[in-house]
Amino acid sequence: MSTTTDIIERWIKPNASVLDLGCGDGSLLRSLMQTKSVTGYGLEIDYAKITQAIGNGINVIEQNIDAGLDNFADASFDTVIMSQALQAVHYPHVAVEEMLRIGQEGVIIFPNFAHWRCRYYLGTRGRMPVSKFMPYSWYDTPNIHFCTVRDFEALCANMAIRILDRAFVNMKDRSPWLAQRWPNLFAVNAIYRISK
Amino acid sequence: MSAHFPNDSVGLIKPTTQRFTEPLTLFSGYTLSEYELVYETYGELNAARSNAVLICHALSSDHHAAGYHNADDRKPGWWDSCIGPGKAIDTNDFFVVSSNNIGGCGGSTGPRSINPQTGKIYGPDFPHLRARDWVHCQARLADLLGIDQWAAVVGGSLGGMQALRWALEYPQRLRHAVVIASAMKLTAQNIAFNETARQAIISDPDFKDGYYLTHGTNPKRGLAIARMIGHITYLSDEAMGNKFGRNLRSGSFAAGADEAIEFQVQSYLRHQGDTFSDNFDANTYLLMTHALDYFDLAREYGDDPVRAFSNALCDFMLISFTSDWRFAPERSREIYNALIGAQKAVSYAEIIAKEGHDGFLMPIPRYLEVFSAYMQRVRATLA
Repeated sequence: MSTTTDIIERWIKPNASVLDLGCGDGSLLRSLMQTKSVTGYGLEIDYAKITQAIGNGINVIEQNIDAGLDNFADASFDTVIMSQALQAVHYPHVAVEEMLRIGQEGVIIFPNFAHWRCRYYLGTRGRMPVSKFMPYSWYDTPNIHFCTVRDFEALCANMAIRILDRAFVNMKDRSPWLAQRWPNLFAVNAIYRISK
Repeated sequence: MSAHFPNDSVGLIKPTTQRFTEPLTLFSGYTLSEYELVYETYGELNAARSNAVLICHALSSDHHAAGYHNADDRKPGWWDSCIGPGKAIDTNDFFVVSSNNIGGCGGSTGPRSINPQTGKIYGPDFPHLRARDWVHCQARLADLLGIDQWAAVVGGSLGGMQALRWALEYPQRLRHAVVIASAMKLTAQNIAFNETARQAIISDPDFKDGYYLTHGTNPKRGLAIARMIGHITYLSDEAMGNKFGRNLRSGSFAAGADEAIEFQVQSYLRHQGDTFSDNFDANTYLLMTHALDYFDLAREYGDDPVRAFSNALCDFMLISFTSDWRFAPERSREIYNALIGAQKAVSYAEIIAKEGHDGFLMPIPRYLEVFSAYMQRVRATLA
């Protein structure tokens, strides 16, 4: 069990209805089904992942977040999750707005671009960071909207979004005190629970 | 015996004709005092009787979904791409039942049959049918075969509509519905295509108000045109363009060339029409297209599909094809939105394909992959 999954699990109520935007192979949803008896659906557009999600026994719907989510009714889910997709959508603020329209709460996991390794790479080489963690070149990447922990909190403030919980993990998916104390420097991934 | 059939074929198949003597009251109120169903099965029913899969056929097909009837058959059954050992509906795992519907012309009781009450051919007097009438017949067939609950009911197009109806009429009797290139109801454009096809048949002088068999005629031209119209709409612009383009079969556009010009697509369409009208029954075509037009899943649920699906107990898998303009992806999205509204289990895949509506019959790699993955999930939950 990863720390990230652990943290999300603590934040989800038992028997909650969950919509997972960008559900990947469905392993998070599947894990939540097993441990918290949640029900729900995952949206995905990657063909291979859709097939894996079907095999994983989750409800997977082929639908592009960027094409709109207006087929989902207001407040129709307890929690809307978006894991590692915020940076890949065309309009992250619209996606966040939609999450909190459809769900009572939102859980967002995104990579923190202000992590010291990114800063160091950019600072010393003057080029967009490429690493094992972010393996894409700037011109050919699904990640088109990188942001930092501070950027995200500023967006929440602008949009009058309440931050209910926050957690930060490092490269090894652990949550050491450094990442908690200075997340914008030491968090590789940020995990937020938000609501309107 | 089947040594020369492909390894992934179910091989030589013999259809069964089953007579049902218990009267069947149809949705129209008409009662069939007795009727026959023709069906085929592939694979073996397991001891728990939990691995049965029902195939519901579409407008112009029949019970012969997979394998071969004769050693020298040129073509296998209509869904051989998806049914067989190692295929999406794996006959090593599943006991597959494929039934020909009443009103059809594949051997089940239909317009070509003798009406026992009059001793004459039904012809145009065969009662109007609804998809649910077929579903009730299939349920009786399940009773007969000792199948309390299907592992899955599977169908494309009009077959998908039957699978949807199964989920509402007999919620306890299926665990999964696989609904491919289908819809909860037809659009006006779709009904318009069907009406044009029907008018082609009805206006053929050989149609004789539907009593062509008693007159010894056959409205072949009308039926062929109906098929040509249908066939155009089952393909896509791109698929036809790729297959035929503007290639000529005969003639030339060169100056001085006098021979009549014929495009490849012309002769292809005529061939499709001719082959179809040799074997198909005009009254069946009218009956089936009417049943398609009349189908409206949520009509009796206050036109609210969410309410309709609230009765369903099975899991759903929906698949659509991007170039399908008769049962467009939007129709499948309507289904999953209603199912999500009703908080039912549903998965959906939208296959990028140029094959149009006919895509559901084709071995499109991603389609087969998704279909197989879902059927393996069905298999994983077998008792």
